[in-house]
Order: sequence, then structure tokens, then C-alpha cells
Amino acid sequence: MTSARTSPEQRAPGHPATRRIARRSWWLRQRFLLARRAVQLGLLGLFLLGPVAGIWWAKGNLAASTWFGVIPLSDPFIVVQSLLAVGHVTVTALLGALLIGAFYWLVGGRAFCSWVCPVNIITDAAHWCRERLRLPPGWRPQRNLRHYLLAMCLVSAALTGTLTWELVNPVTLVQRALVFGVGLGWAVILAVFLFDLLVSRRGWCGHLCPVGAFYGLVGRTSPLRVAADRREACTDCGDCFAVCPEPHVITPALRGSGSRLVLAGDCTNCGRCLDVCDDDVFRFTERYAYAARERDRLPSG
Amino acid sequence: MSARRRTEFSAERRRFLTQGAQAAGSVSLVGFLLGAYGEPAASTPVAALRPPGALAEDAFLGACVRCGLCVRDCPYDTLRLARFGEPLATGTPYFVARDIPCEMCEDIPCVKACPTPALDKSLTDIRAADMGVAVVTGTDTCFSITGVAHCVGCYEACPIKDDAITMEMKQEHGKVFFVPTVHREHCTGCGKCEADCLYPEAAIKVLPRALVRHDIGQDLA
Ligand code: SF4
Ligand code: SF4
Ligand code: SF4
Ligand code: SF4
Ligand code: SF4
Repeated sequence: MTSARTSPEQRAPGHPATRRIARRSWWLRQRFLLARRAVQLGLLGLFLLGPVAGIWWAKGNLAASTWFGVIPLSDPFIVVQSLLAVGHVTVTALLGALLIGAFYWLVGGRAFCSWVCPVNIITDAAHWCRERLRLPPGWRPQRNLRHYLLAMCLVSAALTGTLTWELVNPVTLVQRALVFGVGLGWAVILAVFLFDLLVSRRGWCGHLCPVGAFYGLVGRTSPLRVAADRREACTDCGDCFAVCPEPHVITPALRGSGSRLVLAGDCTNCGRCLDVCDDDVFRFTERYAYAARERDRLPSG
Repeated sequence: MSARRRTEFSAERRRFLTQGAQAAGSVSLVGFLLGAYGEPAASTPVAALRPPGALAEDAFLGACVRCGLCVRDCPYDTLRLARFGEPLATGTPYFVARDIPCEMCEDIPCVKACPTPALDKSLTDIRAADMGVAVVTGTDTCFSITGVAHCVGCYEACPIKDDAITMEMKQEHGKVFFVPTVHREHCTGCGKCEADCLYPEAAIKVLPRALVRHDIGQDLA
């Protein structure tokens, strides 16, 4: 039983080893996915409430916004690029960036990806289709290619004095298209979808997107983390690896002998592993208290 | 055809189709990126004007985060964000005077709403705004200049008429003409005149300052 592991990371969901009688209801197996879609669409709805219904709780878009007429929010990555481009920013933009930065540090950096970013819906849809069509993984660039792209965005802003990345950034482009009018924005949506479907498995969000890379860095020390809390109960079915957008983050926590915490900033806190694991191995936890308990070798609970 | 050959064939075919699809996907992505990249590099089209207080175009493109807060707070729906595919840096705010001009709001809500340095907060008097300069381009079409009618559409539309625009009387061959005349040092480029010009294709148009370069004229004067 111990040495029979056949790299479940590569196993498709339909693999015989993964096909079992589900012990839990469909709803329980999708709870975080459904919650995420609700949050993603709900946020979009809040931004649309103004232009559509004249209720201006939220004004602006993901780059910068004003909430309830007073609270300024702004994307720290864009504000940093703007600072590099023109050498100064306003107090409002800085405050907004700090609020957003602090929030995502708290809830785990790339929670932005799985709970807010509209592109995530597109790339998840592409991945869903890809799995159904059993397409091969395609182009597999290094996971850290996105960090080079992130550096490139910053250098390019500093050198050109303009927000070059914002000219093509699908994250703000897609959201702006939905809130301020689509134009040819559908072409961007289609391009990202086709890229993830035909060129590279989880290609955009998992390997390239510098925005995700930025939030990944923000989340490296985040307190809210997933832990493979009951890893002894793991039956090696591989469901979590199959469903995780960044499967490499699970391995040390689940298979290692060290901490059970999923520590990598790449983890998007999407909660899909909690969704699909029929043996309830995973849970969300506060990282520092958990780590302290682990150090004291106390059984967690 | 043997069963083995058939599977080989279908595997081959499958690989071919997959590779073809991958190539198409790559090309479409690269095409999208290049197209998007090349498009905003081109200069802003003449008809597109930036909101009041906008920094010079280069600095503006570095400072503006494309949030649309200026758009949202403009009470006249003058401003809009450039959509992907329009010949302007995607997401940046602009207006087209002939469609909806700037009404020169006393309290300049667009500038107040802007969370970045893109719209200069030191602009507190809308009369100091400098979105462009109106120029009478239709010297051969303007009803007044050609003497077709004594039209004062542009003059009446101007929120700061008599300062920014006057109708200058001219006499030629015993005939009296009134010529709309813009005074560049006062004109804010709001585009009210262009919007209200009675000629089907506006005979007076707001051009970006950079194209008019009144500073050189002043040097010579
Ligand atoms: S990786 Fe980028 S595109 Fe994907 S969800 Fe995160 S921010 Fe959005
Ligand atoms: S001054 Fe008033 S009308 Fe003109 S762009 Fe600003 S908000 Fe709109
Ligand atoms: S409010 Fe300022 S930063 Fe936002 S789109 Fe308008 S000019 Fe740009
Ligand atoms: S001349 Fe035209 S553009 Fe200039 S201030 Fe008057 S109405 Fe506005
Ligand atoms: S409104 Fe047009 S046609 Fe009439 S005077 Fe002015 S420029 Fe000429």
C-alpha cells in the first residue's frame, strides 16, 4: 500500500483509481466553488449596480474604486507601476493600495485570484472543457515564469514612464469591459480562454499572469492558510491534486513529514481541496497559531 | 485496413489536430498581444480630448490607472473610457466634443473624483482648464463666414463667450460678415462650440493644444 503511489498529480478525474462512491453530497463537494462564484459575480454585480440601477455603492473598477462615496480602494500592483512610471502617487491611491494590500495579506494573497478576479471564471471554464476533452497538458512553462513577467511589468513601467502592462492586462481589461462597456473586450476573453484550452493547461493563471504572481508574493506570509490537517486519513485518491490549480503546493503539506500547512504563496485559497476530499483531510486555519500548535506537538483541533 | 493501422492512423490524426489547434491558439494569443500593444502606441486621435486638468499626454498615461471614477462623477456623461479596440490607450478617459462636450462645471467633479495625479488637483478654476483649443476649420463652410446666414451657434454655446470667442465684424465688397474668432488664451477646449455648430460637419473644432502650439505664435508676436 505504501509504494503503490502512481503520481496522482497526473491522474485525470476519470481514472479508475479516482472513481469511488462519493460519500458526500454534490453540494458539499462544491461548497467553496459555489461560494467563490457567488462572491465573484456578486462583486461584479455591485460594480454594475451603479450604471444599471443608479445605486452607487461601488464606483470605478478593480484598478481603483470608491465605496459608499468615501472608502478609496486601489490595486497595489497598478499603484506601484504608476509610482515607478511617474515618480509620485496621491495619498488617496496610496491609502487605497494599503487597504487592498492588507486585506489580501490577511485572507491569503491569491484569494484575489479565486474569489474576485473575473478571469478566473474564464480560465476555470477552459480547464473544465480541457478535462472533458482529455486534452494533453500542452505547453508547460516554468511556474516562476510569472515572476519574470512581473519584474518585466515593473521595469517596463519605469523605463517607458507609462503603464504598459495596463494596455494588455486581461484582469482589469475584462472587468472594465464588463462594467464600462465591452467594445472588442470579448476578444481578450476569447484569447485567454483559447490559450488555456488549447495551448497550455492552467497556462495563464498557473504560469504567466503577473497579477496573480504579485498577489502570490503578498500572500507568502498570510495568516489564513489551508492545512492538510488529517493527512493520516488520506487514501491517495488524488482528487485534490486533480482539482487544485497549483497542485505543487499540496505535496509538502500532504506528503511531507514537516508542517501540514500549505505555505506556498501560489495557493489561491480557493478551497477546492476541501470541497473534493471525501476523507476531510483539509481545513482552513490560522497559520501562526497552527504552526505553534504543531511545534508543541499537540494534536490540532 | 487492419485494426492496428486504424489506431495508428487515428493517433496520428489526433496528434495532428491537437498540434494544429495549439498552433492556432498560440497565434491568436500572440496576435492579440501584438495588436493590443501596437494600438495604443499610436498617438491619441485628434477628436479625442482628455478631461480637464489632465497632465500632458505622456505623464497622463503613466499616472492614470484607468479606473473611470472621473467618468462616473461627470454629471453630463461627457467622459468615457476607451474600450479595447478603440484607437486610444485602453481604459483611459476621453470625450468627443461633437458628441457630448464638457460643460465646464464650476466644481470640476471629474478632477475631484480622480484618485491619482492624472487629473491635476491644483486646477480649481475651470476657466484655467486646457483640454484643447477651438479652431475655425471650416472657413469655407461656416454660415457666417460665407455669408449664408448670420449664425451665432458657436458663440452662443460658449460658456465664456466674449472672452474665449467673439463674432468679429468684417466688411468686404460692401457686405458685412461676422467671423467667429477664438481667443486662445481664454479658450478651455470644452468643445461646446463644436457640439453646437449648425453646419453638418462642425466648422469649428477643438484641437489638442500640442497641435496648435500657440506658444510659438506668442513668441513671434
Ligand atoms: S492569476 Fe491573474 S488572471 Fe488568474 S485569477 Fe489570478 S489575477 Fe486573475
Ligand atoms: S468639467 Fe464637468 S462636464 Fe466637464 S468633464 Fe468635468 S465633470 Fe464632465
Ligand atoms: S479618475 Fe483619474 S485615474 Fe481614474 S480614469 Fe479618470 S483620469 Fe484616470
Ligand atoms: S471657444 Fe469653444 S472650446 Fe473654447 S471655451 Fe468657448 S465653447 Fe469652449
Ligand atoms: S456655429 Fe458653426 S456655422 Fe455657425 S458661426 Fe459658428 S462655426 Fe460658423
